[in-house]
Amino acid sequence: MLQTLGLSSLDQLFSDIQADLQLGRELNIPAGCGEMDLRSHLKELAARNRSTEDFPCFLGAGAYDHYIPAALEQLLLRSEFYTAYTPYQPEISQGILQSIFEYQTMMCNLTGLDVSNASLYDGGSALAEACSLACVNSKGRRKVVVPDTVHPEYLEILKTYSLAGHMEIVLVPSRKGAVDIEAVESAIDDQTAAAVIQQPSFYGVIEDAGPIEKAIHAHKGLFILAAEPISLAILKSPGQWGADIAVGEGQPLGMSLSMGGPYLGFMTVRKSLMRKIPGRIVGQTTDGNGKIAYVLTLQAREQHIRREQATSNICSNQALCALAASMYLTLVGPQGLTDIARRCHQLALYARQALEQAGLRLKYDRPFFNEFAVSITDPAAANRRLQENGIIGGYEMKDALLLAFTEKRTTAEIDRLVAILGGV
Amino acid sequence: MSKLIFEKNIPGSNAFSLPVFDGGHPAVETSIPAQFLRQAQPQLPEVSEVEAVRHFTELSTRAYGVDSGLYPLGSCTMKYNPKINEWGARLPGMACLHPYQPQDTMQGALQLYYEMQAMLAEITGMDSFSLQPAAGAHGEMTGVLIMKAYHQHRQDHKRTRMMVPDSAHGTNPATANVVGFDVIEIKSGARGLVDLEDLRAKMSDEVAGLMLTNPNTLGLFEEDIEEIAAIVHEGGGLLYYDGANLNGIMGVARPGDMGFDVVHVNLHKTFSTPHGGGGPGSGPVGVKSPLADFLPVPVAAKQGDTYRFDYDRPLSIGKVKNFYGNFGVIVKAYAYIKALGGAGLKEACQHAVLNANYLRHRLRGAYHIPQDRLCKHEFVATSRNQTPQGVTTLDIAKRLIDYGYHPPTVYFPLIVHEAIMIEPTETEARQRLDDFAAAMEAIAREAQENPEVVIQAPHNADIKRVDEVTAARKPVLKWEGS
Repeated sequence: MLQTLGLSSLDQLFSDIQADLQLGRELNIPAGCGEMDLRSHLKELAARNRSTEDFPCFLGAGAYDHYIPAALEQLLLRSEFYTAYTPYQPEISQGILQSIFEYQTMMCNLTGLDVSNASLYDGGSALAEACSLACVNSKGRRKVVVPDTVHPEYLEILKTYSLAGHMEIVLVPSRKGAVDIEAVESAIDDQTAAAVIQQPSFYGVIEDAGPIEKAIHAHKGLFILAAEPISLAILKSPGQWGADIAVGEGQPLGMSLSMGGPYLGFMTVRKSLMRKIPGRIVGQTTDGNGKIAYVLTLQAREQHIRREQATSNICSNQALCALAASMYLTLVGPQGLTDIARRCHQLALYARQALEQAGLRLKYDRPFFNEFAVSITDPAAANRRLQENGIIGGYEMKDALLLAFTEKRTTAEIDRLVAILGGV
Repeated sequence: MSKLIFEKNIPGSNAFSLPVFDGGHPAVETSIPAQFLRQAQPQLPEVSEVEAVRHFTELSTRAYGVDSGLYPLGSCTMKYNPKINEWGARLPGMACLHPYQPQDTMQGALQLYYEMQAMLAEITGMDSFSLQPAAGAHGEMTGVLIMKAYHQHRQDHKRTRMMVPDSAHGTNPATANVVGFDVIEIKSGARGLVDLEDLRAKMSDEVAGLMLTNPNTLGLFEEDIEEIAAIVHEGGGLLYYDGANLNGIMGVARPGDMGFDVVHVNLHKTFSTPHGGGGPGSGPVGVKSPLADFLPVPVAAKQGDTYRFDYDRPLSIGKVKNFYGNFGVIVKAYAYIKALGGAGLKEACQHAVLNANYLRHRLRGAYHIPQDRLCKHEFVATSRNQTPQGVTTLDIAKRLIDYGYHPPTVYFPLIVHEAIMIEPTETEARQRLDDFAAAMEAIAREAQENPEVVIQAPHNADIKRVDEVTAARKPVLKWEGS
């Protein structure tokens, strides 16, 4: 090939890079290895991690150890899906485009809103994009009112995104584990672009979103609800709460924990925000023969068209995770999702009863879905005891452990958890 | 056209079930106030497992991945995704780790994370890395926020503008805008490189920096990079490296040695992790030491033989994503780097560049190539030779589908009229490049002899060209029921 090009060495392919800019040595990275050595190395690294396959996990706090159907794992290995790029060429990508259209439909149905995008990075960045959308859309309003019952990492991300200068986060302290409705109401004014609520809250509490919805809409701002998708099988949907934008972390819908990613940021909006929503969207249309076809649409919103006028820069998203979510929802179905949600809740009820019988009490006496904080004087010590006993404990709060219950947990595991916590 | 999954509904056919529960069955209505409950189940498909499996399998047959064939999508680096990497990321000891589990229960994962930071620093010539950003554009946002934080920390509040070449990816100007900068476009000169005079004229004490892709989107190395860096730095600005095209110099030259202060890399391009039909990617950001304090938290650190996440970084811009980034993607890229090693990474780059130049050479004549000289990992052709017959770049792209190929990137970069941007990557054999070139040549002949066959393409695809105008004017964005 070099000969064809009239060259005599591979080095000549880089003659346009000045000699003093060339590295002139090998990268200081160990010599490569074959597949068998690599396999051993990866196995060795993995063996030094405690996996939730081997230890019951009561950690939630934004990432949940749900069951993933075997069929989902197999289907996701169809490499026409996972080795494809973004479906910019519809004639050769109908399968992927149709799968996104189906995902959009499922997310709209789950959240009770009109329009879904094809995915965002994760729950936290999706919330930041939603707040940013609200500010840009309001033409001049900068304030976003956020209760501190929102996931602390989401709050961190919001703060970082607000360094851009177009939004000001007004953080409202909670009262007894729930949103301080009066404080939120008084923080909302005519400069407020949006009010946010997370449902259930980071502390697992199911909040009354109604008064906040009324307050923000009275001031003509947008109501943003960050939802947990499995709970939506039994809890009122964002649409029913009157939300203009729903966002959330889609990880519970068939994504492995994977130390925090890749997960799925979802976002759905009211129809009036259809041309403002960030990210890719698939629409149904027809081809030259009048046959139904799918295509990326409303691209005038996006960075590759709008460039320096774009209000979001997202390009790559979490497409394969969105596909996993639609496979998950298809494989469990509406009744299965309801059963899973109910089972999570029932296990949490069972755990509360057992903990109370062991003399412990919940930090907040409020309705919960599948997660709650139990008061513990020394949560770090409690977690260590759990770890010694082969249990992945809860999320450490100042004076409590936040415990989550998925359908994978059993009453026997909960009994063990309670026996250890009760003895701390 | 296959039916939507919703149109395959068979009520009662889903047999998904949970284990028997022995903890009592209180109804949720007794423990959750009715006002918080949903009245009706969400509308989701009701199908059996076999129906679901057939549905998604059928969808996959109407998709095209790197595993289907050559995928010469310029600027996207569609190289082969080794299967051992997929296997590694799915090991329970990688895939089933909760992000908040105690750090001493995930030392293997933390070691991988820490080593990945170090290896990316070595490959790019930077001092510190954050693996948190989820994609290239997310990395850009992180990097530009770091630039902003740096200037503000120095009380240099005047710098409200960001320079971006007219050949840049759309994400560059969009990022600058999203982070709150006014964008100044820098012209490209006749040779397809940054116009130094224009750059000099536009650099000022109001400019925060320049975002540059090198090799640029024409596949050309910015030969004046040292002077570009000098102009930006002497003006008090910072130089940002968009790593989309790192595959064109990997192991041969490093952005850090060229004067770049901030870089992002795309693990889903250069480091072989699959694109997933649009994601997930991973866009780690590296910086020179004066900017290290501003990186997102946490970064992985090592003390003795122990690895941990370090959150104690008071000047950090904070977090851009939950937890630690797309760890599952990072595992695959780590495996890729381990497999290739230092010498192998350079070899991958050399062969990517060789393949691009070989194809450029093969297609010369049949297609107009505006910058027909040594390129890096990709090059840009056009349909100018086909214009007299009324054949456009889009027609050629669609005709390639009939020949069994995924089309190249088209109509980008914007500075080239009717651009066809071709990036073969290093994982194609010469024989396959010859096959592809033969298809391109055949299309060029068809354009001369029988242009209608190209203009009406595709003929053998799943569908004909779609009505994009109606899709955007009367959007149908979900299934509304039968």
